[in-house]
Amino acid sequence: MTQLPGLLDTEALRKDFPVLDRMVHDGRKLVYLDNAATSQTPRQVLDVLSEYYEQHNANVHRGVHVLAEEATALYEGARDKVAAFVNAPSRDEVIFTKNASESLNLVANMLGWADEPYRVDHETEIVITEMEHHSNIVPWQLLAQRTGAKLKWFGLTDDGRLDLSNIDEVITEKTKIVSFVLVSNILGTLNPVEAIVRRAQEVGALVCVDASQAAPHMPLDVQALQADFVAFTGHKMCGPTGIGVLWGRQELLEDLPPFLGGGEMIETVSMHSSTYAPAPHKFEAGTPPIAQAVGLGAAIDYLSAIGMDRILAHEHALTEYAVKRLAEVPDLRIIGPATAEDRGAAISFTLGDIHPHDVGQVLDEQGIAVRVGHHCARPVCLRYGIPATTRASFYLYSTPAEIDALVDGLEHVRNFFG
Amino acid sequence: MKLDSMYQEVILDHYKNPQGRGLRDGDAEVHHVNPTCGDEITLRVKYDGTTIKDVSYEGQGCSISQASASVLNELLVGKELAEAQRIQETFLELMQSKGKIEPDDAMEDVLEDAVAFAGVSKYPARVKCALLSWMAWKDATAQALDGADAERKTA
Repeated sequence: MTQLPGLLDTEALRKDFPVLDRMVHDGRKLVYLDNAATSQTPRQVLDVLSEYYEQHNANVHRGVHVLAEEATALYEGARDKVAAFVNAPSRDEVIFTKNASESLNLVANMLGWADEPYRVDHETEIVITEMEHHSNIVPWQLLAQRTGAKLKWFGLTDDGRLDLSNIDEVITEKTKIVSFVLVSNILGTLNPVEAIVRRAQEVGALVCVDASQAAPHMPLDVQALQADFVAFTGHKMCGPTGIGVLWGRQELLEDLPPFLGGGEMIETVSMHSSTYAPAPHKFEAGTPPIAQAVGLGAAIDYLSAIGMDRILAHEHALTEYAVKRLAEVPDLRIIGPATAEDRGAAISFTLGDIHPHDVGQVLDEQGIAVRVGHHCARPVCLRYGIPATTRASFYLYSTPAEIDALVDGLEHVRNFFG
Repeated sequence: MKLDSMYQEVILDHYKNPQGRGLRDGDAEVHHVNPTCGDEITLRVKYDGTTIKDVSYEGQGCSISQASASVLNELLVGKELAEAQRIQETFLELMQSKGKIEPDDAMEDVLEDAVAFAGVSKYPARVKCALLSWMAWKDATAQALDGADAERKTA
């Protein structure tokens, strides 16, 4: 077995993830390399979910009975865990949503309905980048179309990095919001937050960071980022689906208007008008995803017990190894940074002119699960003149042996279509 | 190996040596995409009355989508519209069968090379790839014949 410095004890860790023992396609051992799409769920989280439904299930923030109080304490306890996980100055800055897409849509809608000085209108500009997931493109396109604001973006360099050479022309006095991804889901690129934030602050623009591919994989400190909003999702970090997070600076959350109206988000309601609950409840209309939030809290406990810095080191070691091994595969071209420096553990590539769909199908037959397609980042595919990519993405339970299996699998793909 | 049921030799042959590829003169042109994977096809149809004179296409995508377009060209060019529609409907039925239809001789007579796609119908994620060009053809045909109707009415 390949030993690399910095690796976690995956033999022990993998026992926490029952699905990783699965056999697929008549006795092939599952090699799960689609972690950027969704991560697997450890027993510790599954147990908390079962216990919640078996012992504590009730609606939150209403009712005075035992279960309602327990459910509320668990739900709000999850908020405390998230706040600590991202080093938020206040727990009231953590808004639960259903996923990162909803978090980003929430920011776009807050700004569309806001008063000055936050209001996005036809005289203002919105800045994103060419490497965004569709969930950080389309909400801004909608906002631009509805308000008449101008949508601008940073382009990409040939080696998969943001081209910030024209930063002063892209981010200007007219810019109201700069929204960008911390780690690209398709290229794996880790973006230079500081340079972008510095320029945004110079012109008084707000900064929103899509941390969907960062929160699961590295220590995340919203204060160090100096962003105004940070979005991420639970199911990519060992939690359940249906739970996302938007962190926002307290004074902004106080000033900005709600988006969805309903129960839970109000203070008083009359037939003529209503007043709103303080943040975060102002932004959580209706019954929230309670069990899912509790599950995310359990996932955070699980990850924190291992240590995010150790998870980062593990994935960095794997990425270094993967980049080296993939370079041995003839006709393989990495789309994105070709080294492990300033990149996450999602690696996209093309294999000669074999279409990624075909690559993925033949890999699947060998039990290897990868993602194929444009990864909800079609502009990136257009930028690099490719129809799609194959993407292998690793997590805390991934092993060098699985990377070896991928490399062998790709050799088989080449033979099959050769 | 199960994979061979999807990637039949006939399919791989059409993928490597596509028939009738390239855009030529047509009565109508459509552009269809498969948003889940990024397969794309631009397809033109040329009619001589109700006879299919040409189906030309350009596209990018996986072996299944590209081979399917090639088989379509081979199968439909020269056919009468009614016959072509029967082939299209039979192909659609086969592809939507989730692997449950074992093509019989009658079906093989209708579908010829296209019968090789029977194995693809077992893979839900790939059925759309196989159907991409066929849906494009149906759409282009509707547009071409609508146009022809309109011309007749104004003539």
